[in-house]
Amino acid sequence: MDKKCDKKLGVFVCWCGSNIAGSVDVDKAVEEAGKLDGVVHAENYMYMCSDPGQQKVKDTIVEKGLDGVVVACCSPRMHENTFRKAAGSVGLNSYLLEIANIREHCSWVHQNNKPVATAKAVNIIKATLDKVKENLPLETLTIELTKRVCVVGGGIAGIMSALDLADAGYEVVIVEKEPVIGGHTAQVSSSFPYFQNISKLLGEKVKAVLEHPNIKVYVNSEVEVLDGYVGNFNVTIKTRPAFVDSAKCTSCGECLAACPVSLPDEFNRGLSRRGAIFIYNASAEARIPVLRQEDCRHFADFEQSQEEKCRACVQSCSENAIDLGALPGRSEEFVGAIVMATGYDLYSPANLPEYGGGTIPDVVDALAFERMLDPNGPTGGKVLCHSDGRIPKSVMFIQCAGSRDPERHKAYCSRACCMYTAKQARLYKRQVEDGTAFISYMDIRSDSRDFEEFVQVGMEQENLVYIRGRVAKVFEENGRLKVFTADTLTGRQITMDADLVVLAMAMEPKAGVRELAKKMNVTIDGDAFLSETHIKLYPVESSTKGVYLAGCGQAPKDITDTVSQALATAGKIQTMFSNETLIADPLIAEVKDDVCSGCGVCIEICPYGARVMNDFVRISEVNQAVCQGCGACIAACPNKACELINSTSRQFLRVIGDFTSKVKAVV
Amino acid sequence: MKTIISGDQIKSDFINRVSEISGENFFNCYQCGNCSAGCPSVDEMDLLPSQVVRYLQLGLAEEVKNCKSMWVCAACTMCHARCPKGVDISKIMEALRVLRLREVNAQPRVDLTDFSQDYLERAPQIAIISGCRKFLPL
Repeated sequence: MDKKCDKKLGVFVCWCGSNIAGSVDVDKAVEEAGKLDGVVHAENYMYMCSDPGQQKVKDTIVEKGLDGVVVACCSPRMHENTFRKAAGSVGLNSYLLEIANIREHCSWVHQNNKPVATAKAVNIIKATLDKVKENLPLETLTIELTKRVCVVGGGIAGIMSALDLADAGYEVVIVEKEPVIGGHTAQVSSSFPYFQNISKLLGEKVKAVLEHPNIKVYVNSEVEVLDGYVGNFNVTIKTRPAFVDSAKCTSCGECLAACPVSLPDEFNRGLSRRGAIFIYNASAEARIPVLRQEDCRHFADFEQSQEEKCRACVQSCSENAIDLGALPGRSEEFVGAIVMATGYDLYSPANLPEYGGGTIPDVVDALAFERMLDPNGPTGGKVLCHSDGRIPKSVMFIQCAGSRDPERHKAYCSRACCMYTAKQARLYKRQVEDGTAFISYMDIRSDSRDFEEFVQVGMEQENLVYIRGRVAKVFEENGRLKVFTADTLTGRQITMDADLVVLAMAMEPKAGVRELAKKMNVTIDGDAFLSETHIKLYPVESSTKGVYLAGCGQAPKDITDTVSQALATAGKIQTMFSNETLIADPLIAEVKDDVCSGCGVCIEICPYGARVMNDFVRISEVNQAVCQGCGACIAACPNKACELINSTSRQFLRVIGDFTSKVKAVV
Repeated sequence: MKTIISGDQIKSDFINRVSEISGENFFNCYQCGNCSAGCPSVDEMDLLPSQVVRYLQLGLAEEVKNCKSMWVCAACTMCHARCPKGVDISKIMEALRVLRLREVNAQPRVDLTDFSQDYLERAPQIAIISGCRKFLPL
């Protein structure tokens, strides 16, 4: 028999209207709870979480000098905070109050058996009381906060959240893989639904970023290592070697002509060619050529001697601006929060051989079509057949190319394609008045401000021909493209000719995001999109505290939604930065120094990287700011050297004992 | 002509049997039309393959029972190869043929010796194949 409890405990049973009282006899529960060891007060009330309910708890704590409270009500997820706050306000340490969940765990699942439900409720209350008896009063932990932000990805999402944060007065570091910031947005010609000039809109924002005193931009760079935790991240950034000295380079272009390498230009989606040394795009920020080591012949042939190796660009440069011996750079940045704005890639058309993707030159993807529409693009803004440069009189736009195909490609809808296809078709029609734009679609998703109207104008006034049916095949015949499709609305199979086929390819997460997510300790879904904590309520928080999401890395979206999310992220971070320090829950693991043998099993098992070996005393310590109190180390420890504070093995054995002892139905 | 649809019709015995015999869930189909776009036999069909599935989804059994398409389908499985939702329409067509033959024949299988040589030469090959399937209860 346990020794008599010397604590004064109170039990408060909530009816939750009829949610609990409907299947648990709350009077009986109070009567039984009152008989339990240590209980000096027990009562029930219709809504314990209401103001008068909370007042009852507060008053009783004061009147009877309670030093432990159990509120038997709904899940602790709902009201643990409410009651702990109430207890705290009258001087009882919040951690001496526990919730006994008799709604989700009891009344809701035993709705037709009141005696059993009541007995179980009493048992849950008894077990929770036994836990409370050994709870320690705790104080919340404070964590230092570095008020700087690292934004991974310099697309429109990264740019917009960086600008907002920088304007709020915080230092921001942008890490961009490419030689200039702007991302895919820079490839787009104009926006829907108002045909705004994207290069102008984006150009202004890029300029604002580059001129902002609070923003530092690392281009040609990637995050190599991430250490630390919320408020205190240490980001190691690796920068590709700067082979071209921007101080010496005059942008004369001699090296571009000298380079013997010829590759499809990624920025122009293969519509033009580039050397291993090339100008990334036509923007002012990209005027200095970049040399891609992996494409360059100088670095490719290890057999050759130094003298034999290709140095064409170096020899062509009159300013001696090219140094092939340049080394990669490494920098470290200390930040308090991270924005993952990693963006998307278009799913490669080569995945759709039935549409001639990757083999027929006049089958292009949507971004390639955007490049054609861009006045600074490879065709000077003209829509042309890539094969022979003629003006296409008939263009077939195929929506859902690779999207909405769970059998072979991506199951999800890529969301932006319906709208940009309508935009592209309308821009084509404006350019080629006697041409026809056909659009193969399954559904038209135009669910934002002025979007539906935009599509309707295309149909009504610009004669876009929408054909409802998924295209089966695209192939070449007699120098033209043939398209097999169907119109499910008339029930006809359709064969048609086209000069150009534009595939609205699915968006997929940026290549390499899996590895990056691992480094950042951020969970991803089956398609490798970064997962938010809660789709409705926490849409920009990742699974790791202090790491936030913005843009297409989280899910496909258009510029409108990307910017909204980026600004939400910036807002969330500012909320966090409005505190001087961070507060953390003290319900975490602790180590008994005299028992720990320093075997290190806990370090391996910890999913948060919260366990570290103190090599000086060979004891595994807990990083209090990182530990989430999951208990993995407690289960793994062979010596029982660690315990979860206020959820110790001793407490839980008693709880289990309560549950496994004989239960008698209370009638 | 007004067409009436109802929940009972959609859950009717015939519809369930088509699903059971074919092993296909035709509610997977979202009517993209890819099967109809690529089917090599559409010229001779009265209903597109995707329409046959649509009639089944709506429980319109009579229209499906009397369509020609099931006798034209050569089971080339091009539709299945292209279907983004993995529906094998050739199996659905086969189920329709089997059910139709049993219904007309009023016996669980077709005995080829019941037919004259002349008749067998005129009958669609696919019907003879379907008729010769293993015995299955009516």
